Amino acid sequence: MRVLMFGWEFPPHISGGLGTASYGLTRGMTAVPGMEVVFVVPKSWGDEDQSAIKLVGANNIRVALKRIVYKGVSTTVKKIEVESRIVPYSDPDHFWRLTRSQKSSRSMLVKTDDQGRIEFSGRYDNNLLEEIEKYSIVASVIASEEQFDVIHAHDWLAYPAGIAASRVSGKPLVIHVHATDFDRSGGSVNPVVFDIEKRGMEMADRIIAVSNLTRDTVINRYGINPAKVTTVYNAVEPVGGIYDDAGEGSVNEKVVTFLGRITLQKGPEYFIEAAHRVLQVMDGVRFVMAGSGDMLERMIRRAAALRITDRFHFTGFLKGVDVYRMLRRSDVYIMPSVSEPFGISPLEAMQSNVPVIISKQSGVAEILTHAVKVDFWDIDAMADAIHAILSYPALSGMFIEKGREEVENFKWENSARRVVGIYRSAVEEKQKR
Amino acid sequence: MKGLCLVFEVHQPLRLRRYRFFDIGSEHYYYDDFTNEHILRKVAANCYLPANKLLISLLKHYQGKFRIAFSITGVLLDQLELYAPEVLDSFRELAETGNVEFLAETYSHSLASMSSRDEFTAQVNAHSRRIEELFGKAPTSFRNTELVYSDEIGNWIAEMGFKSVLTEGARHILGWRSPDYLYCNTLNPKLKVLLRNFTLSDDIAFRFGNREWSEWPLTVEKFSSWINARAPKAELINLFMDYETFGEHQKKETGIFEFLKALPAEVIKKTPFNFMTPSDVADRFEPVSAIMVPNPVSWADEERDITAWLGNELQDAAFSKLYELEQMVRTCSDPALLSDWKYLQVSDHFYYMCTKFFSDGAVHAYFNPYESPYDAFMNYMNILSDFERRLQSACPGDGNGHELIQLRRRLEMKEEIVERLETELHNLRSKLKKLTVKGGKTATRTVKGSLSGKSTGKSPGKPVL
Repeated sequence: MRVLMFGWEFPPHISGGLGTASYGLTRGMTAVPGMEVVFVVPKSWGDEDQSAIKLVGANNIRVALKRIVYKGVSTTVKKIEVESRIVPYSDPDHFWRLTRSQKSSRSMLVKTDDQGRIEFSGRYDNNLLEEIEKYSIVASVIASEEQFDVIHAHDWLAYPAGIAASRVSGKPLVIHVHATDFDRSGGSVNPVVFDIEKRGMEMADRIIAVSNLTRDTVINRYGINPAKVTTVYNAVEPVGGIYDDAGEGSVNEKVVTFLGRITLQKGPEYFIEAAHRVLQVMDGVRFVMAGSGDMLERMIRRAAALRITDRFHFTGFLKGVDVYRMLRRSDVYIMPSVSEPFGISPLEAMQSNVPVIISKQSGVAEILTHAVKVDFWDIDAMADAIHAILSYPALSGMFIEKGREEVENFKWENSARRVVGIYRSAVEEKQKR
Repeated sequence: MKGLCLVFEVHQPLRLRRYRFFDIGSEHYYYDDFTNEHILRKVAANCYLPANKLLISLLKHYQGKFRIAFSITGVLLDQLELYAPEVLDSFRELAETGNVEFLAETYSHSLASMSSRDEFTAQVNAHSRRIEELFGKAPTSFRNTELVYSDEIGNWIAEMGFKSVLTEGARHILGWRSPDYLYCNTLNPKLKVLLRNFTLSDDIAFRFGNREWSEWPLTVEKFSSWINARAPKAELINLFMDYETFGEHQKKETGIFEFLKALPAEVIKKTPFNFMTPSDVADRFEPVSAIMVPNPVSWADEERDITAWLGNELQDAAFSKLYELEQMVRTCSDPALLSDWKYLQVSDHFYYMCTKFFSDGAVHAYFNPYESPYDAFMNYMNILSDFERRLQSACPGDGNGHELIQLRRRLEMKEEIVERLETELHNLRSKLKKLTVKGGKTATRTVKGSLSGKSTGKSPGKPVL
């Protein structure tokens, strides 16, 4: 079975869980016999993880598609130059003339450079909606050229691409909800985004949600038929060797870490308040808020107002090996998210032998047993859990040991198998009709 | 003559309140009064009161042919006194029928038998005293917390003078043998060991109302036919269960009370068994052999061992921390601390920390106030930390506490003596002054004489320094 997969980001150019999850899932697919994945991203940078795959810079060819064939050493790369139905235009004036004079009902217009390439920024910026639109145009081109059985689109940015590809090819569309705008916005949903999401969900043949929490949102907030929404939990890539270096930093001090975007969704303010409570009573403990985001400055001001900045540290955005070093230095990892569709990061912390505290409002809380679960607003419970893990060695010992065992059982392979099952049922259904 | 021994365990844990680490050192009240009262009142209404009422009428009606035994924990008695004294009255009424035996156990329903013989003995004695106070008779049979038993514990119990002990007829201790005979302790054969027939007991306690069960509905006729089927190879059938089986675990609607009501007549008329209490059994039967129990057994879970309370890292850490404080508690006389010490030992605290919970949830989740074993551990350890701090400030610390206290007492005694002698000296000085004022050398001489006379006559004796 061949899958045409549309994502938005791919490691290392990721801003959060979406890239990690789509990468993990495609890797997991390699364990399923007969599965082939063609993964499309708007823009490749050339320095993506090449240990198991090779990527072609999509932005360097006229219309690019990256085919990723995972199979031991025989990693192959295929690049396709598309016989495009896109009518290229190079400047606004040219575009205007085209639209005026020779618009054909079967052609779509998109801005290309003088070599006929479509430009993508690959970022989440002001032109995002335009990018999504362009992406869907390229998607329909790819869909008409490629052979595949099913389309899989990751998150709202890729839904229009998935829909376009499905329309051109007539193949079933599976969309994967890693988050909804309800999670990102804390309730004040952007209507444009909501519409794109809702349309994607309605057009999809099957919907994969990363947790029951997310599944409920899809069903209740977007009014989607429960029968076509299935929960498939994320997993975590096994890591080995990377942590074998000796411990660093001060031995006597305990470190409690928050790692993630410093945005409303992640609940950073609850972490600061809990830290404040712990620091009133405990010595020899430091708190670290790693990451960046629109609430960073407010958080720094709050920490200063509480007069805990001597023990409360901000690192800014961490990536790659720094993330693992930070985790290794931590004695407690905390994810107080107000709304977290899944939350892979606690699993990574558990792999690094760090006990975790997670909010009950996270999808990962549905599958984790060996973690402290608190309501995101329950600062007392959070502070209490931090204190307990730092003070009672039996507790941290048990979390570390049992947590690692538990997390080792969350394999992408298993998630991939479930996803493949969903593909099969989607394909069957489509054929029946 | 064959015996049927019906024993009810009556217990409710004393649940702890949510205790955060910032309460340590400032808040010293540990109990969730609201929940405790609420649950106790509920259980009293569903079970204790109606079941006691029914049993009283049955006991009166069958005039000695129906005999039963209760094992009521001290923790429950304390709670009844607070929240449902009318239940205590009805237990007294049960006692007055003369056909009810009350068994001894640890006051706190604790696992002291797993840690300290001293503490165990102290708690058993405290419980026996309480039972005697309430029901007029000191217990002669013993049932440990959740039927925890080993050869060694049996030996302690024997040395305390108990006739018989109850424990689980676990397969791994019985091997090919039947639980339906009387056994004795290996180390001390004087102690009779009664083994629970868990199949028949759990038919009532766990399966009675279960409609999925192939034997549902269980009638007394069916039950007595099972007893009869065992009769040729049984001398004694021991049915031990939670008292809460009647009306709480098995709701009134299941017909459990009707079952209980019809049971005595059925057994008396249709089976060769007579109702007996554990002490009756000990008096009338001879053990068929000794039963070896080198490792502790209990009636809990599939394993029938103590891993429901002790075994995982959390439970072991909390348990050893608790009993580390035992020596310090010995030197302490503060009633509030002693009462907390009693309640912190309740075995349920450790039961809530059981991680078997994750696979075997149903039973462990019952009445469990915590969301997870980790939650239970954190709360308990916070409380224990506060308790330890209070102990340290109230009583002299560590293992030398005893010596320190003795030294302090001797110091106090010396101070008393010094004070007494000082006042005496003061009195004598003032007398001397008066005499010197009256004048002359003779006076001084007299005083000298009287001083020596007085000192022999009124001497406080040789100070016991």
